[in-house]
Amino acid sequence: MAIIEVRDLVKSYNGLPAVNGVSFSVEEGEIFGFLGPNGAGKTTTINILCTLLASDSGSSMVNGFDSMTEPHGVRSSIGLVFQEMTLDNELTAYENLKFHCYLYKMKRALTAQRIEELLAVVGLSDRKNDLVKKFSGGMKRRLEIARGLLHRPKVLFLDEPTLGLDPQTRRNVWEFIADLRAREGNTVFMTTHYMDEAEACDRIAIIDGGRIIACDTPENLKLSLRGDTISLETEDDAKACLELKEGLGLEPTMIKDGGLTLIVEHGEKEIPRILKGLSVGVRTVNLKRPTLDDVFLHMTGREIREDKNMNRNSRQPFRR
Amino acid sequence: MIVNNAVYVIVMREFKRFFRQRGRLLTTLVRPLLWLFIVGTGLSRLVAPVGDDGSGAGEYMQFLLPGVIGMTILFSSIFSTMSVVWDREFGFLREMLVAPVSRLTIVVGKLLSGTALSLFQGMMLLIVAPFIGVEIGLGQVIAMVFLVSLVSFSLTAFGLFIAAHLKSLEGFNVIMNFIILPMFFLSGALYPVEHLPTPLKLVTYINPLSYGVDAFKHVLLPGGGRLSAEFPLILDIIFVSVFAAVMMALSARAFSKRG
Ligand SMILES: Nc1ncnc2c1ncn2[C@@H]1O[C@H](COP(=O)(O)OP(=O)(O)O)[C@@H](O)[C@H]1O
Ligand SMILES: [Mg+2]
Repeated sequence: MAIIEVRDLVKSYNGLPAVNGVSFSVEEGEIFGFLGPNGAGKTTTINILCTLLASDSGSSMVNGFDSMTEPHGVRSSIGLVFQEMTLDNELTAYENLKFHCYLYKMKRALTAQRIEELLAVVGLSDRKNDLVKKFSGGMKRRLEIARGLLHRPKVLFLDEPTLGLDPQTRRNVWEFIADLRAREGNTVFMTTHYMDEAEACDRIAIIDGGRIIACDTPENLKLSLRGDTISLETEDDAKACLELKEGLGLEPTMIKDGGLTLIVEHGEKEIPRILKGLSVGVRTVNLKRPTLDDVFLHMTGREIREDKNMNRNSRQPFRR
Repeated sequence: MIVNNAVYVIVMREFKRFFRQRGRLLTTLVRPLLWLFIVGTGLSRLVAPVGDDGSGAGEYMQFLLPGVIGMTILFSSIFSTMSVVWDREFGFLREMLVAPVSRLTIVVGKLLSGTALSLFQGMMLLIVAPFIGVEIGLGQVIAMVFLVSLVSFSLTAFGLFIAAHLKSLEGFNVIMNFIILPMFFLSGALYPVEHLPTPLKLVTYINPLSYGVDAFKHVLLPGGGRLSAEFPLILDIIFVSVFAAVMMALSARAFSKRG
């Protein structure tokens, strides 16, 4: 049986659906990614799975326990790293971990060793007696990941684990997660809006507007585009779009912010044909092998990171 | 051996935080002394005119001691429960809410830590008793430990009930001004309640702090006279106990709701 099993999950806030009929399952030992833009419903889904939030309808099982009716079973099976910081700033790194051990009723003989082991893994051994409020964002994140793993959970949930981190730290955290699965063999469920992180998952579900629009391995999702992506910037996108459709029998997608993309089987052969076939001026042509960005773009007509220029560090405080 | 004590660790965390926050510790120790010595001195001549032989000079200050102990544990209890709101605002509450411990464990942990911190602060004030002419013996100290614990517990439970419904720290000022300060002023801590006009007097009758302060007066001001206790001690204990039980049940219920 799958370790996470979600069926037709629905959750609305003030009549607006945040999660709108989500179904998926995760096999034991997988790294499963939820990929979607801000507001897609990723955190809401995690909160329901983790027993923090009640769904309006649908069911979710984690490690064989029902999130609604058997919260205790679910809580014993999972480790969580939330999107926003949940450490106690007034305690030291070591005390935060110690607190967690007590809370999870770990065997005392094991705790000290386990804490040291994980502090070493996240590279915080020499800072263990410092107050957390003196830590940088990256150090806090690493400490939280260590904490989420202390009690050897069957499933580790990571909600945007690299949000607000610099690229270097992001890479470290990510390597650490992959490494960890290899060492401890637990299932990892993570959300992200970074494509490169999604690429590293075994399987991903692309979520947008509270619905899953695709769910497969990154490879298959890219293959499903069947070919290369050509992006064009032209003087008149609407006209170019029409000409490509009617003159050349292609299927271009208009992009909201301007430009066109189309998927073709052999890009390098198609480009000359396209240029010849268009009457409007072409400013740029770009050919790429498909990426998950293209998958998302193709399926929604939007870029995933529309908030590119927004401050990545703004973490919202938690409200119930 | 299993570290089976989530309550223990929640209590320990509150203690650590309390003793690390120097400002809080200082406020806690200095505020009651300001009330006692500044307000106490100022008002004592007004309330109890000094006789030619100097008698009665410290009478009001003595009267104020039980009230100031009541105030200290009121503020301390409410303030410690605000850590729940703080934890919610800064996310730490979720660390506890997703752990495999019952909501009741969290409530009990917060209750015990709030009670213990108030007890500590309330009992510290007994040190000044001999300096203002309140004589206390071992019996009275033991009685006070019991009563201060009981009152601290009930006020912490009350604070927890409020905290369960506060979504952010902004609400704290409102609670402070509209609930906590009136509770203090209408408790018999600063003046006997019997002279209040009827509507205010009715408020003091439903105010748990009135009974708490009154119980302290039984122990600390046993002499009788116009500044001593006004209700029977047994009534004080029963009222505070019932209030504590109701508040504990209500806050346990409030915490078991899922968002
Ligand atoms: N507590 C809440 N009250 C009202 N709306 C909310 C609340 N939490 C989330 N939402 C809304 O639900 C949608 C999904 O949010 P969320 O699950 O946080 O998305 P994501 O984690 O994918 O960025 C958003 O439109 C968000 O505004
Ligand atoms: Mg989110």
